[in-house]
Amino acid sequence: MVLARPEVDVPKRPKRLSRQTAVRLGLMALPVAFFALFFAYPVSAIVARGLKDGGRWQFARVGEVLGDERIGHVLWFTTWQALASTALTLVLALPGAYVFARFDFPGKQLLRAVVTVPFVLPTVVVGSAFLALLGRGGLLDELWGMRLDTTVWAILLAHVFFNYAVVVRTVGGLWAQLDPRQEEAARVLGAGRFAAWRRVTLPALAPAVAAAALMVFLFTFTSFGVVQILGGPRYATLEVEIYQQTARLLDLPTAAVLTLVQFVAVAVLLGVHARTVRRRETALKLVDAAQTSRRPQGPAQWALLASVLAVVALLILVPLVVLVLRSFDGPDGYGLAFYRALASADDNGGTFVVAPLEAIGNSLAYALAATGIAIVVGGLAAAALTRRAGRLVRGFDALLMLPLGTSAVTVGFGFLITLDEPPLDLRSSWILVPLAQALVGVPFVVRIMLPVLRAVDARLREAAAVLGASPLRAWREVDLPLVGRALAVAAGFAFAVSLGEFGATVFIARPDNPTLPVAVARLLGRPGELNYGQAMALSTILMLVCAAALLVLERVRTDRSGEF
Amino acid sequence: MSQLRQDLLRLDDVTVRFGGRTALDAVDLEVAEHETVCVLGPSGSGKSTLLRVVAGLQPADAGRVFLSGADQGGVPVHRRGVGLMFQDHQLFPQRDVGGNVGFGLRMRKVGRAEAERRVAELLDMVGLPGAQRRSVAALSGGEQQRVALARALAPRPRLLMLDEPLGQLDRSLRERLVVELRQLFGRLGTTVLAVTHDQGEAFALADRVVVMRDGRIAQAGTPLEVWQRPASEFVARFLGFDNVVEATVSGERADTVWGSVPVPAGTRQGKCRLLVRPAGVRLLPAAEGLPCTVSGRTFRGDHVVLLLRPPNGPELEAACDLRGAPEPDARVGVGFDVNDVVVLGPAEDGTTA
Repeated sequence: MVLARPEVDVPKRPKRLSRQTAVRLGLMALPVAFFALFFAYPVSAIVARGLKDGGRWQFARVGEVLGDERIGHVLWFTTWQALASTALTLVLALPGAYVFARFDFPGKQLLRAVVTVPFVLPTVVVGSAFLALLGRGGLLDELWGMRLDTTVWAILLAHVFFNYAVVVRTVGGLWAQLDPRQEEAARVLGAGRFAAWRRVTLPALAPAVAAAALMVFLFTFTSFGVVQILGGPRYATLEVEIYQQTARLLDLPTAAVLTLVQFVAVAVLLGVHARTVRRRETALKLVDAAQTSRRPQGPAQWALLASVLAVVALLILVPLVVLVLRSFDGPDGYGLAFYRALASADDNGGTFVVAPLEAIGNSLAYALAATGIAIVVGGLAAAALTRRAGRLVRGFDALLMLPLGTSAVTVGFGFLITLDEPPLDLRSSWILVPLAQALVGVPFVVRIMLPVLRAVDARLREAAAVLGASPLRAWREVDLPLVGRALAVAAGFAFAVSLGEFGATVFIARPDNPTLPVAVARLLGRPGELNYGQAMALSTILMLVCAAALLVLERVRTDRSGEF
Repeated sequence: MSQLRQDLLRLDDVTVRFGGRTALDAVDLEVAEHETVCVLGPSGSGKSTLLRVVAGLQPADAGRVFLSGADQGGVPVHRRGVGLMFQDHQLFPQRDVGGNVGFGLRMRKVGRAEAERRVAELLDMVGLPGAQRRSVAALSGGEQQRVALARALAPRPRLLMLDEPLGQLDRSLRERLVVELRQLFGRLGTTVLAVTHDQGEAFALADRVVVMRDGRIAQAGTPLEVWQRPASEFVARFLGFDNVVEATVSGERADTVWGSVPVPAGTRQGKCRLLVRPAGVRLLPAAEGLPCTVSGRTFRGDHVVLLLRPPNGPELEAACDLRGAPEPDARVGVGFDVNDVVVLGPAEDGTTA
């Protein structure tokens, strides 16, 4: 998905034996069961509960809800803020993609990692970082008396912050691998500099740009944590509205209709995305990324580099730095006061049953369990999808992406009302939270593993078979060593998104076992400087955990390109 | 071929279809023990598919494959005990040279010490002694080829199959390796089935040559037989013979656009197509025989191939000595030597090529 490299496909293979189909179906059994039980069932149960009255479907509710003026505003705002966020992200990040792809400059590796940090940050942390920058008593407020929270600008900027890496990595990753000689060939044939770019590079890049834009749109369309924290009473996305209707107003029918609306919109988007991905698979001449970049030349290129670095500094570094500073800026000057307060439950005026610091342990344990589940389910799904297949399997591919775009709030609430009776009474079980978090982890695992698995030349397996390796042995001897690192990267991403999952967890995490994002949101929801400061401190801890996971991943990634 | 020795490999009516295209069309083939058979054909003629069917990598739509007399239907790839050297080697990138060569031994649970001894022995044999710890990515094309060969030979397969074994190497290395391979297979007594599109390679390597076209066997025989008596115009042209002409035989002469050409005694009367090998195109003084103009010259080491334009019909190739070679645009006469005239098979067997 977002961070996946352009997909490399083995050439089409002739029809396989039915035994292979059986193997594939076997591999798919567990993922299908997982999604049926922990995604389709809870979501459809919520929708049914909302729309069924006395055993009959009440479709009239759909018209009523959609006709509501307030809901109309929410729908309109959700759509246009997503479009605006996507456009703004593209405008700001495409030059970045070019700079990271084609220029060599000191600190590039580190900067690439830094740029990616926001993407794996929990949305709650992103929200608090921008609150610290733009909100009441924030940096802008102190310097110029300007507040941007509760304005749409705060939301848009936070969305750009969050999605900058999506564009830089998806588009830039491909851009770096495009053979510059293609453009040179066009130049030799008489095309000017711009014409060569427009006729040769742009068409090659367009599908990646479209895919990145769609992903950004998807993420911002379903945005929850950021809007919840920065939107104030005036702005709500569908997801926020679903949360309000479900948790505050207990208006399940309205929530069910909104869930359906969002589901349909996301399904359409994913359909479009699948199309662009398929177009992206058309053969491009790719080269080693290390060969295409060079030092900037001439004032124009240096100016471009400088402006990109300035955008990165202002938009990505400043919010992160402000967040960290706020966490130390206690009532008695800079110090660890807020961090110390995290250690006890008493200072919080009843916000917590336990000390907020315990949330760290909870979060890590939950995220580890969720990562395990996501790796098993996602790994099996990716293995099943490796070989090219018919429409059925492609549908399965799209199905895997749906949890990313479905209302997490609905999933969380659906868990509560469906998984509460034997044989699946998980209400009191700790596994409920990791299961919900794994739902968002699986798409990442599949998207990261699939291109790598597909890039393993099928004839390597054949070579192993001819030398006497059984199919299972061939997989172990050939595929596993090649995809081992991708597996590590996938695990890291699953871990980071599980750690940051908020929408579903906020429903199902028990009060005495909050996760980090839930604890941050709870602290932010309380008045008082101490609570605010603690939220900043907890967010900083969460950010550091995510950043550490990411830096380890960056190392694994570079090692990998060094070996093959 | 000899019926006394047991056939190690037998293909019975094997057919493979890819959608509407037939890659192998009812192919029958036998390979005897210790024999080296080369399958020769242009790309797309089904050669590689043939190897994949024998290895079990490609199921046959019809027909059967026997190894040592046993039907291989339902036997999975890894239990067939054959070796296959892939065209592009397919060395395992994450393993070093020793790991690649020893892979098949590990799969057969050969003991560690024994395996290491065998790997060292094989690397010596292919001319890469002590290369065990080298990374396969650091090898040159020729070295990769040698490692791939050692890897295929290591488990001592009953049948070794080579897919374009020397395809990607430069000419001099190729010519040296062909000789080395031939000696090696002779010494080891390996049964070999190789496919190639290069006739030189096939004729140098093989005891028997099989020429394929569009999934069918166009001709099979010893290199000498095939070289001397191409069965059809397709085989003749594939071997590089282009002096092919329509003819009407009456008695011991045939009437062609090149004039009267002598044919061997006993040739069937009536219409046919004739091949005159370049060696059989004799240069005469300008006033005698078929009057031609020299339109091109190609130097082939110890002789020259002349391209001659006759008054009618297709151009003729003639082989002649370096010394007597006429200049371009010179006028010469041409006569034909009956010993180098071959009557080709009936038109249905691909004379339209």
